[in-house]
Amino acid sequence: MRFINGITLLLIYQLIGEILVLVTGLPVPGPVLGMILLFLTLLIKGRSSEPLEQASSGLLSHLSLLFVPAGVGIVVHLNLIAGEWLPILLTLLLSTLITLAATAGIFWLSVRFLAGRD
Amino acid sequence: MPEQNLAAIWVYLSTTPLLGLTATLIAYGIAYRIYIRFKANPLLHPVALSVVFLITLLLLTETPYSAYFEGAQFVHFLLGPATVALAVPLYQQWAKLKQLWLPISLTLVTGVIVGALSSIGLARLFGAGIQTQLSLAPKSVTAPVAMGIAEKIGGLPSLTAVFVVTTGILGAAIGTRLFSLMRIRDESIQGFAMGLTAHGIGTARAFQVSKEMGAFSGLAMALATFTTAFILPWLLGWLGLP
Repeated sequence: MRFINGITLLLIYQLIGEILVLVTGLPVPGPVLGMILLFLTLLIKGRSSEPLEQASSGLLSHLSLLFVPAGVGIVVHLNLIAGEWLPILLTLLLSTLITLAATAGIFWLSVRFLAGRD
Repeated sequence: MPEQNLAAIWVYLSTTPLLGLTATLIAYGIAYRIYIRFKANPLLHPVALSVVFLITLLLLTETPYSAYFEGAQFVHFLLGPATVALAVPLYQQWAKLKQLWLPISLTLVTGVIVGALSSIGLARLFGAGIQTQLSLAPKSVTAPVAMGIAEKIGGLPSLTAVFVVTTGILGAAIGTRLFSLMRIRDESIQGFAMGLTAHGIGTARAFQVSKEMGAFSGLAMALATFTTAFILPWLLGWLGLP
C-alpha cells in the first residue's frame, strides 16, 4: 500500500502541474512544474515520507527504460535521417561533448572563484 | 491449418497494446543483461540496444510505429510521474544546493546557451538543412519539453525526440570518461553537467554512480528545462532564425 500511496501522490502533483500549465500558459511541461511544486512542499514540510521515497526510488532506478518508446520513434524518420546522417551524427557527438565539457568547466571555475566567500 | 491459426493469433495480438508493452519490457530486460555482462560498456547502453532490437522487430513484422506505441505508451507515460519523483532526491540535497546557488545559476545559463548554439552552429557547418538544425537545438532537454520547444521554433517534434534520446545516450556514454580526463572529481559538478547535457538518460546513469550525482543531475535537468524553454525562442530570434 505504501508504494501505491507514493505513486498516487506523484500523480496528484503531476495533475496539478498539468492543470497549472493549461491555466497559465507557461512554456514548460506539467510534470516539471509538478516536480517544482513537490520540491517546495517538501521544503515547507521539512521532511519527506517513506511512501514517497519508495515510489520515487522505484521509478528512478530504471529511468532509462522509460525513454525506449520515444527512441523507437527513429523508425518514422529513417528516410530523413538517412539523407543527413553524417552531419546529424557529428553534430550530436561534438555538441554533446562541448556542452558536457563547458558545463563541468564553468561549474568548476565558478565554485573555485565564487563559492566559500561568505 | 496451423498456419492460418497462427495468422489469426497474430492479427488478434497486433491489435492489442499487450504486444508492444511486453516487447518493450523484454527488449529492455535483454539489453540490460547484455550491458551488465559487458561491464556497463557505454557503447552497449540499454536504451540504444533496446531501440535496435525493437526497430528490427518492427521492420521484420512490418508493424507500424503507431501500432507499437499503442502498447509502449504505458511505459512512455511513466516519464511524467518519474519527472515529479526527481523532487525527492533534490530535496535530500537541499543543504548543498543552497550553498552552491551562485555557481549553479551561472553554469545553468551559459551551459544552456552553449548547448543550443553548438548544435545549431555545428549542424549548419556540416551542411544540415534548416529544419534539422532547428530540431537539434533543444536536444539536451527532456523529451516531452524538447518536443514542445521544437514545435514552437519550427523544428520537427518527433525528429527532436530521436535527437534527445541519442544525445542522452551519448552523454551517458562519454560523460564519466570525459570528467576523469578533465580531472573533475566533484560528484555534484559531474552530476550537474550530466543532467544539463543528457537530461533523464544522463540522470539515470548518474544515479548508478551515486545518489549525490543523480540528485544534481536531476536538478540540472529540471533547471535546464525551464531555462531552455525561456531562452531558446529568444536566442533564435536574436540569431535571425528560422
